[in-house]
Formats: sequence, C-alpha cells, structure tokens
Amino acid sequence: MAASSPSSDTVVVTPSSLRQAFGNVFSLFILILIGVLAFSIRLFSVIKYESVIHEFDPYFNYRVTQFLTKNGIYDFWNWFDDRTWYPLGRVIGGTVYPGLTLTAGTLWWILNSLNIPLSVETVCVFTAPTFSAFAAWATYLLTKEVKGAGAGLTAAALLALVPSYISRSVAGSYDNEAVAIFALIFTFYLYIKTLNTGSLFYATLNALSYFYMVCSWGGYTFIINLIPMHALLCIVTGRYSPRLYIAYAPLVILGTLLAALVPVVGFNAVMTSEHFASFLVFLILNVVGLVYYIKGMLTPKMFKVAVTLVVSAGLIVCCALVAVLIALVASSPTKGWSGRSLSLLDPTYASKYIPIIASVSEHQPPTWPSYFMDINVLAFLVPAGIIACFLPLTDASSFVILYLVTSVYFSGVMVRLMLVLAPAACIMSGIALSSAFGVFTRSIKFASIGKEVDARDTGNGVTQNDVVKPDRNEEPPKEKASRKKKKEKENVAKAPIATKKNERRLLMLPMETSVVAILLLILLGAFYVVHCVWAAAEAYSAPSIVLTSHSHDGLHVFDDFREAYAWLSHNTDVDDKVASWWDYGYQTTAMANRTVIVDNNTWNNTHIATVGTAMSSPEKAAWEIFNSLDVKYVLVVFGGLVGYPSDDINKFLWMVRIGGGVFPHIKEPDYLRDGQYRIDNMATPTMLNCLMYKLSYYRFVETDGKGFDRVRRTEIGKKHFKLTHFEEVFTTHHWMVRIYKLKPPKNRMRGKTKKSKSKPTSKRSATRKKNPWQ
Amino acid sequence: MGKSSATKDAEALVNSLRSAYTATPTNLKIIDVYVLFAIFTAVIQVYMAIVGSFPFNSFLSGVLSCIGTAVLAVCLRIQVNKENKEFKDLPPERAYADFVLCNLVLHLVIMNFLG
Repeated sequence: MAASSPSSDTVVVTPSSLRQAFGNVFSLFILILIGVLAFSIRLFSVIKYESVIHEFDPYFNYRVTQFLTKNGIYDFWNWFDDRTWYPLGRVIGGTVYPGLTLTAGTLWWILNSLNIPLSVETVCVFTAPTFSAFAAWATYLLTKEVKGAGAGLTAAALLALVPSYISRSVAGSYDNEAVAIFALIFTFYLYIKTLNTGSLFYATLNALSYFYMVCSWGGYTFIINLIPMHALLCIVTGRYSPRLYIAYAPLVILGTLLAALVPVVGFNAVMTSEHFASFLVFLILNVVGLVYYIKGMLTPKMFKVAVTLVVSAGLIVCCALVAVLIALVASSPTKGWSGRSLSLLDPTYASKYIPIIASVSEHQPPTWPSYFMDINVLAFLVPAGIIACFLPLTDASSFVILYLVTSVYFSGVMVRLMLVLAPAACIMSGIALSSAFGVFTRSIKFASIGKEVDARDTGNGVTQNDVVKPDRNEEPPKEKASRKKKKEKENVAKAPIATKKNERRLLMLPMETSVVAILLLILLGAFYVVHCVWAAAEAYSAPSIVLTSHSHDGLHVFDDFREAYAWLSHNTDVDDKVASWWDYGYQTTAMANRTVIVDNNTWNNTHIATVGTAMSSPEKAAWEIFNSLDVKYVLVVFGGLVGYPSDDINKFLWMVRIGGGVFPHIKEPDYLRDGQYRIDNMATPTMLNCLMYKLSYYRFVETDGKGFDRVRRTEIGKKHFKLTHFEEVFTTHHWMVRIYKLKPPKNRMRGKTKKSKSKPTSKRSATRKKNPWQ
Repeated sequence: MGKSSATKDAEALVNSLRSAYTATPTNLKIIDVYVLFAIFTAVIQVYMAIVGSFPFNSFLSGVLSCIGTAVLAVCLRIQVNKENKEFKDLPPERAYADFVLCNLVLHLVIMNFLG
C-alpha cells in the first residue's frame, strides 16, 4: 500500500487518499453483502413452506393491491368496499394507509413494463425483504452521520439480522411495517443530515421522506413527536443554531401539509393532540431564533432592557394563548388524543375502556425473555453505546439517545413496538462495538510499533485504520476469524506512522488484553448471528395459514384454512354473507371472496359486539341476530381434535366481554363456574347452550367416542345434541374449520303455537280485511 | 420615576435597534420585507377564517402556504447572511437554488390541497 509515483498531470496519490479510496470500495462491497444478507435471511418461510402470504392483516393488503393493479389508482383512491362490514361497508380510500400498496403496485407496474412478468402475489411476498435491505443501508447512512463509517457498517450488519425486525418483515409478511421501518430510519437520517449540514435541499428531502412515512404507517406520530422533543432538548441545553432552525421549521410546515394530503390523516394533522407538540415547538423555536437575532444586533445592556420589556408584555399574551389552548383540549373527553395513542401513554387505559384494543395479543406488554429473544446481544451493548454517544455529545448523538430512550419506554408498553426499538438498539450497539474495536486495535497497533510516546491522536491516520479494521472484523463466520487476524496484523505492521495533527492522549491497553478482547467480541458477534438465524428459521417463519407438526411418522401439514376458504368460494353464491369472529375477516374476503360481517379492521365496536352476542346466545336468539344481518353461513374455528390452541373456544371469553360491553344481558360470570372457564360437565348451562359451544362440538363425540378436547384437555360436557336452527355444511379434514348454514324459517306453524294463535281469530279476520294487496 | 426611566429605556432600545438594523445589507432587508409580507397575508387569512372558515382545507392550505414561504425565506436569509460563520463556504447561488426547489415542492403540495 505504498504511494505510487505520480506523473505530472495526474492527481497526486498519497498513501492516505489511496487508503481512503480502498476503504470506500471495501465499504461498498460490504454494504452490498449486508443487503444480500438481509434479503436472504428472510426467505426461510418460502423455502420451508411456499411463497404464500402470512397471517391476517397481509391478506387485506394483498386484496387492496390486487384491486389497485387491476383497476388503477383513481378507482383505488375512491374505492368503497361493500364486501365487508355488511351492511355498513368500508371506505377503503379513506381508512387505509396507502404507502405499502402503492409501493408494491408501483414495483409490479415497473417490473411488468420491463416485461418481467411477476405476479402480484410474488411482488407482495418479496416486498418486505427488499425493503429490509434498504433499511439496513439507511441505518448505515444514519449511523455514519452520527459517529462515522465504521459504526455505520456495524449498525447496518446488526439491523440486517436483528430478530425483532425479521419477525415483521419475513417474505410473506406483507404488512405496513415492512415499508414503514425503512421510511422511519430514512427520515431520521435526512433530519440528522440537515442538522449537520444546514442545507435546505436535505430539509426538502426530509419532508418528502416524512410524507412517505405518513402514507405507510400510523406510527408516524412517533416521528412528529420525537423530532420536536429533540429540537426542544437542543434549545434547552443551549445548542440552538441556525442549522436547527433550517432542519426543523420547513419540516413542520411542509410535513403538516403533506400529512394532511393523506386521506387517512386528513384534518387530524392539525386538530389532534398528537401534532400539537410540533406546533408548540415551532412557535418556541421561532421565538428563540428571534431572540438570538436581536441579541446579535444589540449591546448587552440594551438587550437586558429589551428582555424586561418583552417579557412583561409577552408573558400576558402567552398566558392567554395557553389558557385558550388548554380549554380547547380539555373540552374533548380524550384530551384530543386518539384511543391507540392514549393506550400507549396510559397502559391501563385500553383494558378499562376499549376491550378490543386490549384483546389483541400484540398489544400486551412484553416479558423479559422476549427482550432477549428479540434483540439478543444488543440488550447489553446498548448502555455502552449510550456512554459512547456522550463522548463527545453532538446534536446527532443526543438525537439517537433520545430516540433510544423513548422507544425503550414504548416497547415496554406493547410487544408490537419492540420493532421501533430495534433500529435504535442496532445504532447504539454499532456505535459501542465500533468504539470498542477502535480502542483495541489502536492499542495493538501502537504496541506492535513499540512506541508508547507516539500514542497521540492524529486527525486522519488513526481513523483511517479504524474505518478499515472494524469492517473486516464484523464479517460473521467464525472460520474466517483466524485468517482475518493475520491480515490485520500485517496491515498494522505496514501502516505508516501517524502524522501528528492533534495532540491528545488516548486510551491504550496492553496488547494481550486487546487481542483477547477482540477475540471475545468476535465470538459475541458469532453468537448473535447464530441466534438470529435460529430465530428466523424456527420462530418467525411460520405462515399462520399453514401449520405443520412433526410426529413419529413424519411431517403433517394442516392446510385446513385454505381448504375451508376454497370450499366457500366454490360452493356458495357470490353474494352470500359469512359470519365469523373478526380475526378471519380479511382472509375470508381475500381468499374466499365472500362478504363478511366483521373483519380485522375493528373500527365498529357495536357491530363486533353484535356478532359476539350472537355467538354467546342460545341457538334461537343467535339465529334471530344472524338473520337480521342477512347472514347465510357461520364459520367457526375449532382446534380440539388436533390441539390447535388459537381456536374460537379459547377466544370465547373475549366475545362475551365485548358483547357484554354493548348488550348488558350478556354477563361474563354466567359463563364461568367459580370464576373458572370450563367446557366439561361442570360448565354452566349458559355455556353449554351457547352457539359457540354447540357449533364447535357438534358431532365431536363421533371422533373418539368420548369427546376428549385436546386443547382444554377434558372431555366435553354436553356430548349428544342436535342443532335446531343451523345445519352443518362443511368440516375440514382435521376439524379445524367448521361451516354451518342458517336454516330457513319454518313455512307454517304447527301444533301448540297454532292453538294459541287460534284465539284472537276475530281480530285476525278484521286485520285481514285491511290487507291492501287483496 | 420608574415609568419615565422605563420609557427612556424603551426609546434607547428602539434607537439602538434601528441603528443596528440599518447596518444590514440591502439584500437581507429585501428578504425581511418578503417575510413580513407573508406573515401579514397569513394574519389576514386567520381573520377571514374567524369570520367563516369553510372549506377548511382551503383555509389550511392558504395559511400554511404563507407561513411556509415566510419560513423558507428566513432559512434563505440565514444561509445568505455573511455574518453567519457556519455558512461561509456555502455559495449564495446554491442557497437560492435550494430555496427555489423547496418553494416548488411547497407550492405543488398547496395546489393539490387547495381543492
């Protein structure tokens, strides 16, 4: 790596510029590798099962994307969907976050116009891994702005693998977060870049990236509250600078306008409490800017006079404005916040007032093991990163610290928000690892050169080496480690003596300690990689629509859901309505193409409570409710034969609670015996007579003669019974999905009812005469 | 006694402000006039909104466009001001180009939102 001899008319190639060029090429190569790694680790489910869309919410997004690709963007924007939430319908254009579907639709359109005929499903399945590669690159850019390229590469490599992000972005998980996390990190990167450079161009890009984030996910409120918090922090700690004004003010104005453009947000962008923080900080920032400007123009004495004058007059105006604002906010019962945001700020809010939000399993607080499962090694590298950010504390590093602290709080409230913690943890750990490597390799280098006196900091020389070394040391596989150690030692020996630009005594450790420490850090990285690959392969790659189990005679595949939806789509009329619990709504409309009553959007609590009440009532009452909704088929998920634990009987208490919240005649204690939920012969008669019990266990005793429920592990209470108002039309292979049809009402009344109605016959004839059609 | 000293201080303050301000170069004063005009337009719109603010999106886009151009002009002023040491190696043409670009985006959004 010695300097080449320069010719007279070419650029002088000095050792440091050659090293820098080599470093850049190497970084590019590593970034490409990181992208490929991020993409391929998410492909386990495609390899193990098939290229299918997972879970529930992605099916809705897939259906919307199909509509978009078939009908074009204007129809999509104005789409009113009448095949869901019958008879209310749903305004899709105004209630869906269009970012994900527009992104996938654009990708499909571009690929098709290049004559690459990928189907919409393939594009949808592989959108998430593609954007996770982009997110890793965005993390590199963000961390490079905060600490330098070495930390950036480490953070990018960590983010490509972190299990928490993998869980929401595997191939097939076609959900909002797949695109939104990329938008989040990219918006933060552009904000930090604007803060560092003060360029209005990046401020414009920042606003546009924020617009993309608003289109993609409801979690954009996190950005529009975090950035004002950081601006306020900078002002309060005396770090106000014109760059802060350029970074923040255009973002707020342009961002609010752009957010108001998205139909889902609309006027909420200026009317809900989630955005008020940004406006308040905007006002404060303007005032502070003005104050600094005037301070620069006046002498100190004059400035004091100005301050006393303005403060006395301005304080009155301020108080008046604040009083008006507080009155406005306090007049609304939720203080202007939406239900979901309130449940984040006050974790007990949802369980008291909105049982639907409380019942979703993703909205529960996480347990300690889930932290270790989801971010693994990063959990204890993060505090080291926080310390590294404080030396020295810049605007950018204070932002990352704030981001980490707030996301740790929110991840403690809801498991689902561990996803927001993952990029922050990766950035912090990347900074920590990179700084640690810097210290150790510097110790080795100067120890091997043998000059302790020359261990002073330089401007360029040392950082160049540190940039190149941590990159190489972060390549994961263990077997390459020994080869790399040799290469690194050679590089150290050949490295020129650092030029003395800044004289600063730096931390140095003995060489043996450093070598052992580097080996241990590499081992740590190896454990992290092993865990991530295991988590991706075993824990997070299950498409919930297809289940497998290993038994002594091989692999069993349970494809009952798709079997049931296919039966529905082939054996019922196009306009038939299907009632089920809201979990299965999206899948039913997407795969079976039938109208449903309630689905996963859960926007109408009363409608869901109606279905819940019907499931909890006896047969006749349930038949009345379903008949009033024009329902023809009822779908029930039952796991008792095979031991599938997420079936409707296990969810039944939520149906009772939600139904009881709106219809007071459903009381939860009626279904519990001594506070315990049972379905065996000790269960209450209300429980044994309700529709859900009957539809789940109808003819169940014929399977093994005793009716042993493998999930609840007891024999069922009522074994032999007949259905009077429903008839069974289909049960899947493993009895997991059962479909029933509503029996039509009887044509004529027989027996007792006829006798009791024969009394007021005189009245009858009178009324019959009034019949206008005779 | 206190009042007269307060008014004297206020007069001295206003005088020193005026003298310091006249020292600023002309191009910065032009930008300041533009900013004040934009804020004045925004205030007029707020008055019109109090009288009757239907349709709301037009009002919102009008007010935000005025405030937006004011903010962008202030950013331009910050970048062009020769006293700002942080921006001394930023050519004013680049600052103006960024200003024009940002205004383009702003007005595109406003045209869309105006209804």
